Amino acid sequence: MLYRTGPLILVFGTALLLIIAFFIPHKPFGDLEARFLNWYAIISGFTFLLGLDSLARHHLIKIVRREKGWFYSLLLVTSLFGTLFWGLYSWIRYASPFALNAPFMWLYKFMIIPLQATMFATLAFFIFSAAYRAFRVRNLAATLLLIAACMVMLGNVPIGSSIWAGISWLIHQIFPNTNLEILKRWELFAAAKDWLMAIPQAAAGRGIGIGLALGGIAMSLRIILGIERTYLSS
Amino acid sequence: MSSDLIGTWLAATLTLAIFSFLYRDNPLYRAAEHVYVGISAGFAVIYAWAFDVYPMLVESFKVHLGAKNYFEAYILIIPALLGVAMLLRSIPKLTWISRWPISFTIGIGAGLGLIAAIQGYLLPQIFDTLRPLININNAIIYIGVITTLTYFYFSREHKGLTGTVARIGIIFIMVAFGASFGYTVMARVSLLIGRFYFLFHDWLPLIR
Repeated sequence: MLYRTGPLILVFGTALLLIIAFFIPHKPFGDLEARFLNWYAIISGFTFLLGLDSLARHHLIKIVRREKGWFYSLLLVTSLFGTLFWGLYSWIRYASPFALNAPFMWLYKFMIIPLQATMFATLAFFIFSAAYRAFRVRNLAATLLLIAACMVMLGNVPIGSSIWAGISWLIHQIFPNTNLEILKRWELFAAAKDWLMAIPQAAAGRGIGIGLALGGIAMSLRIILGIERTYLSS
Repeated sequence: MSSDLIGTWLAATLTLAIFSFLYRDNPLYRAAEHVYVGISAGFAVIYAWAFDVYPMLVESFKVHLGAKNYFEAYILIIPALLGVAMLLRSIPKLTWISRWPISFTIGIGAGLGLIAAIQGYLLPQIFDTLRPLININNAIIYIGVITTLTYFYFSREHKGLTGTVARIGIIFIMVAFGASFGYTVMARVSLLIGRFYFLFHDWLPLIR
């Protein structure tokens, strides 16, 4: 009962209550969704501690056993507990760890933001490398991907307008009857980007989204009915 | 030396350490990477407790108790107990207790997944697709949605008509991926410019 049946009943009951709360938005079900979401956030806060325990334990074992790369583990554990210490200190001293003059915010400004931004900025280089490999395949799919990506990028940045101004001038030189001002105003890249985003991209996104939603519904039903039980394995 | 100056030098060192990976994997990068993981984990815990657990559990309990709203105060014992039960996952003999909070959160996900997915996503998307065929764009949307869905329909082999429709679906999917790719590249490049601006403006004042 406590090991398997109880948790299965709890899943069924919780989901059923939320479904009832949707159809009967009155007492005692009316505020159930908001209450359960608050509880969900509280439990999530505890799971962070679980993750912290797992991370710290893994690296502390490496340090104690002097395994390969133990010095890096020492850096990780020091920065982890250092952040927690300054967070708690700021919380007690300044009433909130996120007070602008708190040491925790100093850590945030001068360590977390630069590290995070640089880590993601580095991906720019790898994304270019991946794009080069993808576009070398030279088939219809890769070409479409390339054209869509280029249009979106050129349609969003000022250089796209400048390139189009140059192309307009060239067209005007070849066909002198065309009106240069009208051509310039047409902004091909921006117009193409807007159309791509509003029509084909939206259609594909919608198709993928509907598929995901149907999959989610099917999975929810499997969980509620107890067909899907993998979350009970420990 | 002011704390901002120390911070700028520290941020520049960490930025250069991460960028050093572009040459090849090296101890400086690995050190910065481990510091990043440690700090991020610590930050996530403080963030979750400062914005979720403390205000929703501790402060809410105090407020309701002060207002003599005993039901609202003591019902908070349930999420608190479920949270503590989650922590028991670290103790091998008591791991089974953590199935209860996991089941509760899975139940919330399944319940909301069923209702919210239908009402909040599936139906609005279908309604917006069902447009009158008064222009070419609406027709393209129809074709795009149907062919994309067909591409992801794996219960039938992609041969004959299904195969042809699925191949049209690939065209739409590739355009969508290309657009997402373009936006991702732009976001990453903008972050890269931001880091260079920091290095050459804030740290070494070469750009004004």
